[in-house]
Amino acid sequence: MTDASLPTAALPGARVALVGNPNSGKTALFNALTGSRQKVANYAGVTVERKEGQIAAPSGRMLSVLDLPGTYSLRARSPDEVVTRDAVLGKLAGEQPPDVLICVADATNLRLVLRLILELKAVGRPMVLALNMYDIAQRQGLRIDLDGLARDIGCPIVTTVATRKRGVDDLVAQVDGLIAAGALSADSTWREPDAGQIRDAHREAQRILKANVRPAERPDTFTGKVDGVLLHPIAGLATLFLLLFVMFQAVFTWSKGAGDLMGDGFSAVGGFLAAHLPPGLLASFLTDGVIAGVGSVLVFLPQILVLFFFIILLEDFGYMARAAFLMDRIMGGAGLHGRAFIPLLSSFACAIPGIMATRVIDNKRDRLTTILVAPLMTCSARIPVYTLIISAFIPNRPVAGVLNLPGLVMFGLYATGIVSALAVSFVTRRLFWRGAVEPFLMELPAYKLPDPLNVARSLYLRGKIFVTRAGTIIFPIMILVWFLSSFPGAPPGATDPAINYSLAGRIGHLLQPALAPIGFNWQMTVALIPGFAAREVAVATLGTVYAIGGGARDALVTTLQHHWSIATGLAFLAWYVFAPQCASTFGVVKRETNSWLWPGVMLVYMTSLAYLAAFLVYQTARAVGLG
Amino acid sequence: MHDLLPEPDEAAFAAADAGRTVRLSAAKPGDRGVIVDVRAETHPGDHGVDVGELQRRLLEFGFVEGAHVEVLHEGAIWRDPIAVRLDDMRIALRRRDAEDVWLRLDAPGAPRP
Repeated sequence: MTDASLPTAALPGARVALVGNPNSGKTALFNALTGSRQKVANYAGVTVERKEGQIAAPSGRMLSVLDLPGTYSLRARSPDEVVTRDAVLGKLAGEQPPDVLICVADATNLRLVLRLILELKAVGRPMVLALNMYDIAQRQGLRIDLDGLARDIGCPIVTTVATRKRGVDDLVAQVDGLIAAGALSADSTWREPDAGQIRDAHREAQRILKANVRPAERPDTFTGKVDGVLLHPIAGLATLFLLLFVMFQAVFTWSKGAGDLMGDGFSAVGGFLAAHLPPGLLASFLTDGVIAGVGSVLVFLPQILVLFFFIILLEDFGYMARAAFLMDRIMGGAGLHGRAFIPLLSSFACAIPGIMATRVIDNKRDRLTTILVAPLMTCSARIPVYTLIISAFIPNRPVAGVLNLPGLVMFGLYATGIVSALAVSFVTRRLFWRGAVEPFLMELPAYKLPDPLNVARSLYLRGKIFVTRAGTIIFPIMILVWFLSSFPGAPPGATDPAINYSLAGRIGHLLQPALAPIGFNWQMTVALIPGFAAREVAVATLGTVYAIGGGARDALVTTLQHHWSIATGLAFLAWYVFAPQCASTFGVVKRETNSWLWPGVMLVYMTSLAYLAAFLVYQTARAVGLG
Repeated sequence: MHDLLPEPDEAAFAAADAGRTVRLSAAKPGDRGVIVDVRAETHPGDHGVDVGELQRRLLEFGFVEGAHVEVLHEGAIWRDPIAVRLDDMRIALRRRDAEDVWLRLDAPGAPRP
């Protein structure tokens, strides 16, 4: 090994992996260690997030730190835990084995992590135990005999308070010290433990705990008191729905200014380019393809950030496990896991972050069911379509004195989305994936005040992931849709809008007979093709096919009233509740499932439902004289 | 937390139960006791994983013989799932997955561990 007393010499780098129970503050410690020098990607071949950061130790050694998914055991049960196990064992494809492990433990909750430590010891890698949240342990009067504990588990211990960056330098020094001293990995004796061995390990953990830890003098009573309200069968559910209500209000009101500003910004850039470039293919490509396409997704960024802000805040506070507890039976009735709650909630803003958030669900079938129904939640891209059709066809009249009809229809569309998501999941679980859902076993962590810096960092990270992942998927799709809508161009002397002569127009005309039974005319059918890029694009495309320039919405409302019957308008609404009019969603589903099968299944089932719903609505409306 | 003692009338009911061995899945909020057995036998094929695997997961979460359990809360629908204090942790689980955990109920006034 290189002599550590020569700091100027370039020391060989080393690899460190962070392991620990969920809720141990592992990610906060990772942030405290690596600061902003982090890279987020996926592990090769699996959709598990890989977070790596760099630290320069005082000796000059560069340490690259891997934040492994939290686990209670090396006996992996989910894709995340498989990554942790394989990384620790040094068997993960495409990863170098770690030189040193840092086991992160919540100092106030040592019992389960001690059993994990015993498993990690069997792996034989040099290890340092970080007793995190040590300030809380001290406040509770918990006495830990650090020397005794270190002797019993056979590895050095560092006390840390990740949110205050306390103990971080000491931790780095310990890790660096182990490497400098030439600590090497012994051969792994780890085997998957059976029930008897798990019991033995618990006994050993209990012995170590008894010998070295005196119970808290002032145990946390706050969590118990808060749970008395938040987990109460009635008060708890009422609080949950109140929180959801506030969250949705915030998603739509806080983000409105920023969203409008971005929308205007993209229109302005588009307008500027259109005015300054010679009219032709390049201008059309840039304004209608690139700017309009990317803009149509990025306008949702403010909403998504507000939504994620709430989710991260509630997650860090410790509430999300409680929400899953409260919703488990309601979701479970439809065959969904309690943890599907968050992804489905996110899908109200946009299905893309919702589908990405299904990674928290361990079981593959539970996760796939959630992915399949997520796009049925009314995402914000449907709102422009809904409001256009509602203002054209639903008379603004009061209902029962206090409500008004357009608002009621809007509510009905949201409710239909939720009910059909639950119904589809129910049918899927009954017909295709029989058998019970995964066991639901979840720690309810002690409540903690979220750390503003960590919230900000997580929010930045979520936003960045959305923009890069969504961006890389959406961009090529936008180009394809633009190509279909622009080629071939209109012949000289043509009177109809150019899109009519394009491939999209031809496909639309070709499909029109099939869509006649649901009341769609050819203009609507043509608008559906570019509308595949994103749902709200259909509004602009309807403007194009009816040759209304400049996005004059009122003119479009009047035109639709003249050209469509009420039955057609209602059928269009019904279509949009179910129709998979969002190519980006397919891109994300393909990415998250690693297969084209599931986007295919989604396309078929959603289109069938959309057709069926529109057919029923159109024919019923005609039968009652609205045709 | 040591401040939530059962109400007197509940205590009278609980007194009859003291010393009885029950499945955790049948316990009510306020019930507490010591785990005496964690089995792998009930409703095989009804948990999404085999019962041996369910048993290992329960053990890993700390549902081991000798651990102290107290039922804290239950859900609004079919009183499911339940939230329990398990030694010094809080765990949520479904009643269906708790059937193989057997506990001996404490006497209501018994000192807490």
